[in-house]
Amino acid sequence: MSRLFSWEGFLFACLVVIFTFNAIAAPDFLGVSNQINLFQLSIEKIILALVMTFVIINAEIDLSVGSMMGLSACTFGYLYQMGLPAPLVILICLFIGIAGGLFNGWFIARLGLPSLVVTLATLIGFRGLARVMLEDRGIGSFPDWFAALGQKGLIGPVPFALIAFVVLFILLYILLERSGFGRKTYVIGSNRDVADFAGIDTARHKIIIFTMSGVAAAFAGLLYAARVGAVRGDVASGFELDVITIVLLGGVSIFGGKGSLVGTLLAILIVLNLRNGMALLSITGHIQTGVIGLLLIASVVIPRIKLSTPRSFKPEVAA
Amino acid sequence: MGLLSRLSPAALRILALLAVLAIVILFFASQIEGYLNGRLFNRISSSVAIMALIATGQTLVILTRNIDLSVGSVVGFTAFATGSIITNHPELNPLLLLLYAALVGTSFGIINGLLVAYARVPSIIVTLATMALFRSFLVEYSNAKSITSDSLPTWLTDFPNLPVFSIGTLEFRAGFTASLVVVLLVHLCLTRLRPARALFAVGSNPEAADMAGIDAKRVVFAAFALSGLMAGLAGFMFLARFGNITVVAGLGFELKSVASSVVGGVNIFGGSGSVIGAFLGAILVDLLETSLVRWAVVSEFWREAVLGALILLAVATDTILSRRLAKLRAKKSKETTK
Repeated sequence: MSRLFSWEGFLFACLVVIFTFNAIAAPDFLGVSNQINLFQLSIEKIILALVMTFVIINAEIDLSVGSMMGLSACTFGYLYQMGLPAPLVILICLFIGIAGGLFNGWFIARLGLPSLVVTLATLIGFRGLARVMLEDRGIGSFPDWFAALGQKGLIGPVPFALIAFVVLFILLYILLERSGFGRKTYVIGSNRDVADFAGIDTARHKIIIFTMSGVAAAFAGLLYAARVGAVRGDVASGFELDVITIVLLGGVSIFGGKGSLVGTLLAILIVLNLRNGMALLSITGHIQTGVIGLLLIASVVIPRIKLSTPRSFKPEVAA
Repeated sequence: MGLLSRLSPAALRILALLAVLAIVILFFASQIEGYLNGRLFNRISSSVAIMALIATGQTLVILTRNIDLSVGSVVGFTAFATGSIITNHPELNPLLLLLYAALVGTSFGIINGLLVAYARVPSIIVTLATMALFRSFLVEYSNAKSITSDSLPTWLTDFPNLPVFSIGTLEFRAGFTASLVVVLLVHLCLTRLRPARALFAVGSNPEAADMAGIDAKRVVFAAFALSGLMAGLAGFMFLARFGNITVVAGLGFELKSVASSVVGGVNIFGGSGSVIGAFLGAILVDLLETSLVRWAVVSEFWREAVLGALILLAVATDTILSRRLAKLRAKKSKETTK
């Protein structure tokens, strides 16, 4: 019974409403191709949201993911155009993601700088490196197999990126909910000092999480390059805010220590279906984002209101 | 060391920033021919005129341990709304128009303030949401039209470039002078007025401030309202300077203003910093951007990468130095009490 009243339960109810509306408003909505298309259009953001869940549960934030995506996508274009074989370039891009994540993690965990500031700096810096490489050019015409991987179905109509998302979700779910690493992520997020006293190497843990975030962003950048088939210096700029919105909507506490991947998954489904539904009602992009913004505020305010009535959600800890 | 320990950390920060500014200017002066002239000053001062106002508002919010990510959208909306009023009523009194911009900005700030202070939603969530929400208001309000400079009265478009006074070849224009006055005014209030000191109290320790009888909610609310006001004034300035306003006006200003404040030594965890610092931070950021474009050695595309490195360097140095300083002082006070 208590499960029904949880945040995930509420999100699920929202999802059912939106889903039903969409299905009634547009008969094609339930078609396989529309459903796949729905995911495919935001596949990079939702992959980033999975890893961002770890970052925020750990009481940190990573604003640099959009820029790392851009850096990885631009590096791919730049090196491939220079004549390097694509598989090697893919490896280099993933390595850049690891390096960028380590860089963020070192400043945050070892030097003790706030992640908001460090990743704000690398948001600007990584984007800057991407621009240094491509200046104001665009690069396209990637190898056929690379484009096919991004645009065509791999197993039946299901494209590679969507399979990667599902596999990643399962792996990360096990990591967060069923492993010591996941428990540590929650403990460090709810109280870093206590975690330190308990003998957890919190700095190392944070560095690992930022490295995960960096490599996931680099991977997402490659997916973007494959899906769109061309890259420019401004690839994925502003994605970080969309990704963070999804994670917070999923009930992950901005103060760390609380949240779940199931919540994030439900928030992903809500945002995707809501955007699709609004598009059916011919509501345009900026307004869609505005509605999701409203939903985000509501997602924090509504549980607070329920607090005043007995037998409600567990109280969220305020700052 | 005697002088160093006598100066307050805040004053040290300002001095360090001035030194960095001087070094940057001297460096580029040695690299670029004809760099140091009145035109450089004009270019930087007219763009800083807008960012200084936003960074001032952002600083007030950061002082209370919060953040305002919606300022860019507020600047955009205010610029558009003000432009559309003056286009439809060209005879409107300039002061009334300025008041209108201030009111629009403040109303947005009040929405943020209510949600953060009274509904107790974390500011990063509120302003992340209102950043999108206010931008969507702008899209709705603009109805796919844009404001063009030829529909604006000449007094408005001439205003930012009106010369007020000059020191040597440095010509202080009205836009820059106005925002300089605002920054100094806010600085005076922050350092001299009792209610304004509450911003620091709430930011450095909310519980202690509460016990000292400070209404923390009201203080946070006021900080957001003022940040909205500053963004509104900046929107007015944006309209006057650029004239052509579309739905993307002010995009990205939120992160740039946070960067200016942080480079200017405002502590992101609240409780310490100054608007003069944020002002100098805004100048430094702009100076680097403008100068790198003109520096022949590297491509102009390096400017963002350098800016990112600068922010990180500024914060890392600041953190390390202030830790050292705190340790040194603790040691000293231990010795004197012995």
